[in-house]
Amino acid sequence: MSLAQTDRYYLPQPSLWPIIGSVALLTMAVGGVMTIHDVNHGGWVLLAGVAILFFMMFGWFGEVIRDSEAGRYNKQVDSSFRWSMSWFIFSEVMFFAAFFGALFYTRVLSVPWLGESDTMQQLWPTFKATWPTAGPGLTADGMKFTPMEAWGIPAINTLLLLSSGVTVTWAHWGLKRNNRAQLILGLAMTVALGATFLGLQAFEYHHAYTKMGLTLGAGVYGATFFMLTGFHGFHVLVGTTMLIVMLLRSIAGHFTPEHHFAFEAVSWYWHFVDVVWVLLFVLVYWLI
Amino acid sequence: MSDAATDHADHGHPVHPTGIMRWLTTTNHKDIGTMYLWFALIMLFSAGTMALLIRAELFHPGLQLMRPDFFNQLTTMHGLIMIFGAIMPAFTGFANWQIPLMLGAPDMAFPRMNNWSFWLLPVAGVMLLGSFWLPGGAVAGGWTMYPPLFIQGGVSYDLTILAIHIMGLSSIMGSINIITTILNMRAPGLTLMKMPLFCWTWLITAYLLIATMPVLAGAVTMLLTDRNFGTHFFNAAGGGDPVMFQHIFWFFGHPEVYILILPAFGIVSQIIPTFARKPLFGYASMVYATASIAILSFIVWAHHMFAVGLPVAAQLFFMFSTMLIAVPTGVKVFNWVATMWKGSLTFETPMLFAIAFVCLFTIGGFSGLVLAMAPVDIQLQDTYYVVAHFHYVLVSGALFAIFAGIYFWLPKWTGHMYNETLGKIHFWFSVVGMNIVFFPMHFLGLAGMPRRIPDYALQFTQFNQIASVGAYIFGFSQLIFVAVVLKAIRGGAKAPDRVWEGAEGLEWTVPSPAPYHTFETAPVVK
Repeated sequence: MSLAQTDRYYLPQPSLWPIIGSVALLTMAVGGVMTIHDVNHGGWVLLAGVAILFFMMFGWFGEVIRDSEAGRYNKQVDSSFRWSMSWFIFSEVMFFAAFFGALFYTRVLSVPWLGESDTMQQLWPTFKATWPTAGPGLTADGMKFTPMEAWGIPAINTLLLLSSGVTVTWAHWGLKRNNRAQLILGLAMTVALGATFLGLQAFEYHHAYTKMGLTLGAGVYGATFFMLTGFHGFHVLVGTTMLIVMLLRSIAGHFTPEHHFAFEAVSWYWHFVDVVWVLLFVLVYWLI
Repeated sequence: MSDAATDHADHGHPVHPTGIMRWLTTTNHKDIGTMYLWFALIMLFSAGTMALLIRAELFHPGLQLMRPDFFNQLTTMHGLIMIFGAIMPAFTGFANWQIPLMLGAPDMAFPRMNNWSFWLLPVAGVMLLGSFWLPGGAVAGGWTMYPPLFIQGGVSYDLTILAIHIMGLSSIMGSINIITTILNMRAPGLTLMKMPLFCWTWLITAYLLIATMPVLAGAVTMLLTDRNFGTHFFNAAGGGDPVMFQHIFWFFGHPEVYILILPAFGIVSQIIPTFARKPLFGYASMVYATASIAILSFIVWAHHMFAVGLPVAAQLFFMFSTMLIAVPTGVKVFNWVATMWKGSLTFETPMLFAIAFVCLFTIGGFSGLVLAMAPVDIQLQDTYYVVAHFHYVLVSGALFAIFAGIYFWLPKWTGHMYNETLGKIHFWFSVVGMNIVFFPMHFLGLAGMPRRIPDYALQFTQFNQIASVGAYIFGFSQLIFVAVVLKAIRGGAKAPDRVWEGAEGLEWTVPSPAPYHTFETAPVVK
């Protein structure tokens, strides 16, 4: 299983997985639109699409893992993986940038403009254009909510995620020194920290919806709060899933001290999710 | 996909399914490039048909053929499909065919993902075109999808949002593949500054795509949640702002404009030196100009929004930053002309299209400068002047470069020379037809005719009739193009390896047609 056993760049055989993935996304999109518009059985179509997508991911990633373990990926292929993962994370940064941009634009520009505008003074004279806000119309209609406090669950979650960045690095050190026990223990701790984070966030959401009046519909504060933290939470979920796969692969004896880019890619992704959280903690939770 | 198949790979005896399965499962960059190009052609004709219906309605003032709502569906879908279905996939088709050949690489860096990038497009295409048959018809809110109008539409609006997600996924994966191929798969000795300019322009285009497609995904996601899940991103009553959508959209949208033209610059920069029989003038400055255009494209977006009521400081900033783009673009036009200067020019069809590109794209560039001036733009916003401007850069710019590239590389792809006489007929009909459609629109816009409206005031009739006649000449002359391509695929004079006398680069060292697998052992570039 040595690296660079071949100087040829590995070119995979024709594969059915991509077209299965396309069928999955088409089914999901159609099912999703059906569900939104209350068409009968829309939920089942959506679910079928998700099932096909999972089938595709199991099959496709499994094939990549088998190719890797069979030593088909030489140094140049490894380098391709590194470039592609870096650019993929860049694309994720830009996705979050859209929502951080929306937060910045409303907080710094458009909400203050609502307070200055003569029209608004006429329409909603009692409206105070301060952050956090549900906006003049919703406030006039009686919308009330409590903004999320930073120094409770969010602060604990910050500690959890920052610690998980440490444990995943510790696991990586173990792998590089071929200390498998340290690798497995480090990964298991990282997974546990990620899962705890998700559990606490679920609790926080439940609390916000039931006790604080803070919902997705609570004006632009609710929208930016839930979309930013929600997409981040989804990324933690994906990252934790990938970490679980890495844990299972480590237990199965995959990876060598020299050849383990899958692990590194997941740890890059995990650190990226970590950095996004720090920004969220400061800009969404703390500075309100 | 089975273990047996992967085992074969070890012995270097690839198995290739035949028939439809070849195309569904292929991991070959040439197959995938071919599929991209055919898909783009089909979409070009679909969206072109919509354009002809629009021009038919506009032949007379008053409502003639269709309800205003259907007219709006046509303008919206014409824009969306031409941009995401025709122009972008066509350039990606060129990238797939040419980048590995130009770099001396055995294939793209990720052949399976390459297949998926393509096969997501028909999914999105079906969702977009199929929405015409849904209750309420296709989206009619304009390709820019501005709220609040876009929030109010029916089923097809949600389907379109998801189609855009899927096309974005395809673009991001395709771009990651292209960047990785260019950065990691070049033949030994082929340094970045020795790369053909087409590869450079695609490297920068792919960067723009990765930077902006996720932003578009974010913007349409906010539309989706505003429509269905009770958020108030774009609703002032909830503290949001509909203008915010325009900011986020055009942060994607302006780099997108360069995504649609930079690969065209690359194609033209391959063709002009070939037929001038001189190296490209100012290669390094071409690279730096392309990079400058890309960087500037991120700080000019609000010139699309001068009429929304921006603060004066913002208007000034976006006006001047936009005008700055004329500098690197001017460098490019100068270099193309300087490449032709004292060259031994011949005028085969690719060169004709390339020269038409330089002349007509420049007209589009100048009308862009006019629109960049905030006080002028206030008058011209949403008039036919804007329509004239972006069709000069997209039809006689992007599309003509695509035609030029097809004629240029078709002999390499098919192994047969195309019919030069028919090619020239196609060129002259296209260039004359295109100008008849779009030149009068400048006058219509300056006189104040608004765009995206099925009816117009009587005094605009003559120019509209001229434009409509031109549109039918231009549209139907594209059938000549299809005939030329099909003839070249079926047969014709045998093309030599180096198809054109002045052609330089690795792609001309392989046989014509290029074998299924090329450069399995990397060539060494000195």
